[in-house]
Amino acid sequence: MLQREGQVRIPSGCAIAAVTDRSGARFSGMDIIDCIALMHDRSNGLGGGFAAYGIYPEYRDLFAFHIFYDDNDARIKTEEFLFRHFDIETFEQIPTRKVKSIHQAPLIWRYFGVVPQSKIKKNDFDEEEYTARCVIRINNSIPGAFVFSSGKNMGAFKAVGYPEDVGEYYMLDEYKAHTWTAHGRFPTNTPGWWGGAHPFTLLDWSIVHNGEISSYDANRRYIEQFGYKCNLQTDTEVITYLFDLLVRRQGLTLETAAKILAAPEWDAIDRMPEAEREIYTALRVVYASALINGPFSILVGSKHGLLALNDRLKLRSLITAEKGTKTFFASEESAIRVICPEPEKIMAVEGGTPIFIPFAEVQD
Amino acid sequence: MRYTVPEFEVERNLQRCISCGACVRQCSYGVHYFDDDGKTVLADESKCVACHRCATICPTHAIKIKAFEMAYKTHFNWTPQAQQEILKQAETGGVLLSGMSNNKPYPIYWDKILLNASQVTNPSIDPLREPMEIRTFLGRKPKKLTFSADGSLATRLEPQVQLETPIMFSAMSFGSISINAQKSLAMAAKELGTLFNTGEGGLHPALRDFRDYAVVQVASGRFGVHKAYLEGSRFIEIKIGQGAKPGIGGHLPGEKVTVEVSNARMIPEGSDAISPAPHHDIYSIEDLRQLIWSLKEATQYKKPVAVKIAAVHNCSAIVSGVARAGADIIVMDGFRGGTGAAPTRIRDNVGIPIELALAAVDQRLRDESIRNTVSLVAAGSFRNSADVVKAIALGADAVYVASAPLIAMGCHMCQQCHTGKCNWGIATQRPELVKRLNPEIMSQRVVNLIGAWNHEIKEMLGGMGLNSLDSLRGNRLMLRGIGLNDRELEILGIAHAGQ
Repeated sequence: MLQREGQVRIPSGCAIAAVTDRSGARFSGMDIIDCIALMHDRSNGLGGGFAAYGIYPEYRDLFAFHIFYDDNDARIKTEEFLFRHFDIETFEQIPTRKVKSIHQAPLIWRYFGVVPQSKIKKNDFDEEEYTARCVIRINNSIPGAFVFSSGKNMGAFKAVGYPEDVGEYYMLDEYKAHTWTAHGRFPTNTPGWWGGAHPFTLLDWSIVHNGEISSYDANRRYIEQFGYKCNLQTDTEVITYLFDLLVRRQGLTLETAAKILAAPEWDAIDRMPEAEREIYTALRVVYASALINGPFSILVGSKHGLLALNDRLKLRSLITAEKGTKTFFASEESAIRVICPEPEKIMAVEGGTPIFIPFAEVQD
Repeated sequence: MRYTVPEFEVERNLQRCISCGACVRQCSYGVHYFDDDGKTVLADESKCVACHRCATICPTHAIKIKAFEMAYKTHFNWTPQAQQEILKQAETGGVLLSGMSNNKPYPIYWDKILLNASQVTNPSIDPLREPMEIRTFLGRKPKKLTFSADGSLATRLEPQVQLETPIMFSAMSFGSISINAQKSLAMAAKELGTLFNTGEGGLHPALRDFRDYAVVQVASGRFGVHKAYLEGSRFIEIKIGQGAKPGIGGHLPGEKVTVEVSNARMIPEGSDAISPAPHHDIYSIEDLRQLIWSLKEATQYKKPVAVKIAAVHNCSAIVSGVARAGADIIVMDGFRGGTGAAPTRIRDNVGIPIELALAAVDQRLRDESIRNTVSLVAAGSFRNSADVVKAIALGADAVYVASAPLIAMGCHMCQQCHTGKCNWGIATQRPELVKRLNPEIMSQRVVNLIGAWNHEIKEMLGGMGLNSLDSLRGNRLMLRGIGLNDRELEILGIAHAGQ
């Protein structure tokens, strides 16, 4: 029998894309679906997904949990846990459309809730740490349940299928977001598990990733010392945890985190002015095991903004373009031009050079 | 009467021999000699140790050293060697001594571990086109860095040692090896951007210029330890144990304590230099902590302090304790590690392989979330660059080598270091032998060797799709076992080939 994510490590190639509006203006998922659809041949129908920021303005201060259930038993157990640990304001089945190519769907629910003040007072950590621990607990200990989105005013939508079909299935044309990311997957194995599709998320982090990192086990064994468990054995999962550790838990900036993951080469550091050299040397010395090696291009969504990062040797394609207040990213230029035929600026993202677009206040 | 036959046979091709006498002059063991006619060269084979100096130097290649073949009635338990050792002890009443390292056929796990390479889903990287980084830092590291509001670094890093290769030269004292051998290593270390180690022999004045490339040892005899010795070093290493002889100390016989050795070690000329089995001020972990912090205090917290232990059964717990006692670098020496002299029974029966010790210790430190705060250095026999790559993937930050550079300088593994008669000028203090070893030439041979290994490491890294050694450290997914049982795989933390 074929094994699914977590039981075996499955490398995969991919297409990734993102569109964001600096002004905070929200727009439907049509563009991102058209964009990722053009790169149809970069995925093989075994996984597609989206992350959208700014979609739940009416619940902007509530954690939004998107959860897959294999069966009702898993749902009952999970709800019992959720209602005990959060004040859940509302919950429902995530609406979907019938799409011919999408089948064997799990039960898909969403919940909006806050962390009760009593829980914060009782524990020694903030509401994000509390929520992250709850999410990890559900995913580790309730069989058949998988929380695939847990941020505020954002959500992930993913399935086994081609990404354009996944977009239609989740009716993303009916949502409005100021930032969309998308992923089409080409796994070199056929697990067919919805939780294994991308983006991978934790709290407001969502990551879409193209490539296969060669440093995986060095990164995994490093991050697991900080209490994370890499249950899915995917690159995306370990990269998400690295960002979570460096930015949320250790308080570094996203750009610094990017300079740790795709560190400048020693040759370059040796040529830097002294103050800068001291900083980069310290970053590489202390965070040597967080260096990501091998080909990758990633788009990282978070409450801070959207970050694009290529490996330092530029072993994966990633193109960016701008028009007006919008910025576009895609694995291929054609995928940008199909939704933005005449960009004002278009260029390849340079290896090891992060591009960061901070989020504006969201316009309702 | 003797009850043993020679171990080796000297075969001299008389058609080739020109009676030049080179072998006679070169052999410090007195094997070759001229017959009374002054022309015919003869051999007393009972003295031969198979160091190959005569065969190598013979201008007409007239000499071959062969095993002295004897038929014994077959007995799997009472092998010829087992019998000979009994005869030797019956003759002398002494503890059997040996040099170099464990020579028993225990499993060599390096040879049962295979490396990965990239195909299709991620590309291999060409080291001729792309930078390949093998720079290595040793020292205590914080779990996180913090920055001030102005963007400057708020965290003050503890002293770090920068190496341009993950390979350092292991401890070999002046006394156990010659000054020329030590100087060759010091010169090579300087050129390679790595370090040599003084062992417990003090620092010879001739090496003063190489202090920035020296690791200085503080061992149970405390020989040669003084303020300038500590302050001149790159880092300080407290030696608790050695892989070749865990649990016992050292003994440099008085006849080897020449004026120079006596000066470097700060002991009277001609006196035995005895390193006790334990440090007599360290009877437990809390005592070790005091010594670590005393040494830091003595050097104004400018030098990392390493602790070296032999790989023994409970090394995981020991290393965890040593890390918590304040050591910045922890060295583990496996049971195949070398020595100038060790009791044969200890050398061949005490301790465990470095592969298993390293894997277990790395995992233990990770389970305790402290692996990245200390540096781990593995020692105990690295024969080539592939062994080094596998050690780093198992979790080592760097490795120590000693036998390999000695072989580069001429050592032929005759395992007679303890006799002080080394014909290659390495493990000897006899001036006429020491001068056979030219540091200018020998350091270059060592540089060649480690330079070649560096190239090979980069090739293997590139093949795995990595361009920095940082991404190989602890990356056990790059390793597969071959012919190992489940328990061995579990301890090594790797899957079997084909999985």
